[in-house]
Amino acid sequence: MDGMLALYIFMLAAFTGYEVISRVPVILHTPLMSGSNFVHGVVLVGGMIALGQAETPLEQAIGFVAVLLGAANAAGGYVVTERMLAMFKSKEKN
Amino acid sequence: MAIKWLIDASYFVAAILFILGLKGMSSPVSARKGIVWAGVGMVLATVVTFLTPGMGNMLLMVIAIGLGGVLAWVSGKRVAMTDMPQMVAIYNGMGGGAAAAIAAVEFARGEMHGTVVTLLATLGALIGAVSFSGSVVAWAKLQGVMNKAFRLPAQNAVNVVLALVTVGFGAAIVIAPQVDPMLVGAFFVLALVLGAVITLPIGGADMPVVISLFNAFTGLAVGFEGFVMGIPALIIAGIVVGAAGTLLTQLMAKAMNRPISNILFVPMAAAGGGEAVEGEQKEVGAMDAAAMMRYASKVIIVPGYGMAVAGAQHKVWEMSELLEEAGVEVVFAIHPVAGRMPGHMNVLLAEAGVPYEKIFDLEEINADFAQADVALVIGANDVVNPSARTDKSSPIYGMPILNADMAQNVIVVKRGKGTGYSGIENALFYKDNTRLLYGSAQQAIGEVIQHVKAMSV
Repeated sequence: MDGMLALYIFMLAAFTGYEVISRVPVILHTPLMSGSNFVHGVVLVGGMIALGQAETPLEQAIGFVAVLLGAANAAGGYVVTERMLAMFKSKEKN
Repeated sequence: MAIKWLIDASYFVAAILFILGLKGMSSPVSARKGIVWAGVGMVLATVVTFLTPGMGNMLLMVIAIGLGGVLAWVSGKRVAMTDMPQMVAIYNGMGGGAAAAIAAVEFARGEMHGTVVTLLATLGALIGAVSFSGSVVAWAKLQGVMNKAFRLPAQNAVNVVLALVTVGFGAAIVIAPQVDPMLVGAFFVLALVLGAVITLPIGGADMPVVISLFNAFTGLAVGFEGFVMGIPALIIAGIVVGAAGTLLTQLMAKAMNRPISNILFVPMAAAGGGEAVEGEQKEVGAMDAAAMMRYASKVIIVPGYGMAVAGAQHKVWEMSELLEEAGVEVVFAIHPVAGRMPGHMNVLLAEAGVPYEKIFDLEEINADFAQADVALVIGANDVVNPSARTDKSSPIYGMPILNADMAQNVIVVKRGKGTGYSGIENALFYKDNTRLLYGSAQQAIGEVIQHVKAMSV
């Protein structure tokens, strides 16, 4: 990838992250931390591509670990965040 | 080419969904929709990745996803609400580990194109590995697997030297014309040790900040590896989380009035100092505590980690409802860093069914303590320590606290006479208007409920 282009993506993404969070009530800090934890679970995709290109047993083993950990990050992050936020929903009904 | 286009378009949509999802999660009304959107983005990105041309090891891949996904899903479903902080820590660590492993695969393949790619791969590997081992240590501490504070002699010097040596090895990898397996291996070991060593001495109220910091770290690592792999969706998701996580970390550190550098290098317990506290702790029985609250007109409850550990939030709310039936005004005061994550207490009280309107932040409620008949402190310690206001030599001097000591009477529910997680003496416990109700929050509040019921008949 073009280095300069990537730099622009870095910069814009950083501002986006900052803006998205800047006005969040304290009550949502924990779910938001958990939610952002889920979002970086997309590392799974990188792990899959790394494993997909792996050839030697060593590469395959490390790639397997990458996919395993990435999948756990994504799945665990989703479940935990969903459970926290579910409690906010039940209260709206009352 | 059509497939390539489909994949790129799907990654693009996934990146949008992640940002919208995070945006949604920053407001209580749309929070649930937010996580679902982000979830759809994740499934989309994962499924189309299988279509990538020339992918091998498909069986291995499916096994790894199935194994990791199912284990994490089941453990996430089964864990108690009170143990959420360490679950977030461990899942975050796994993300960091995945980023580091991706870099390791690229190093093993030996196909680094250009200095910039190698530099970012190395940076991502370093940050990811530190986040991995650091998060595992954080998990072990919160889970109680590991002793709470462990300090090496000359801890800060060890940290700095270890960090410099690790960075030195990283620089050598970037400069070297060819990938040297020994060098890379040593670098990964050093980075893992560094993460663990940095985290070991950290404890107490600093823990949530560290988990948040590692969350931001993992985001950055994922962003850097996204560049190495040439996947913009990873760059965007990673850097957005890195920036958001950094801001969140700053907000938390600010709430405690402790700069991040202090959290990493001046652990609370070790900071020592603080004037000796005069006087003694005065005990109160459950019946007297019940009477004090039953015949009060206003009670402010200050929950802390002790309530979370005991899982007492349902009992606390049951007691509050009983008191309200008896005409007592009951509200909750939450310190920004009460518990082990910011908002930890909000989540637990929400689970027990406490409505929003009864829960107040530090700024909203601090003036009200003077009008309260009883401040009931349940398993909280540093966040109500008046030394933070008065004692310049105290390690927590300057941290904004809940002014529970201003209430007419203070009841503290506490397991024993010890100084608690951070190891700092709390002047509040020795004040003339403070009474201590010893026992786990679950059992102590349970007894209070019985007595309140008896008085209401």
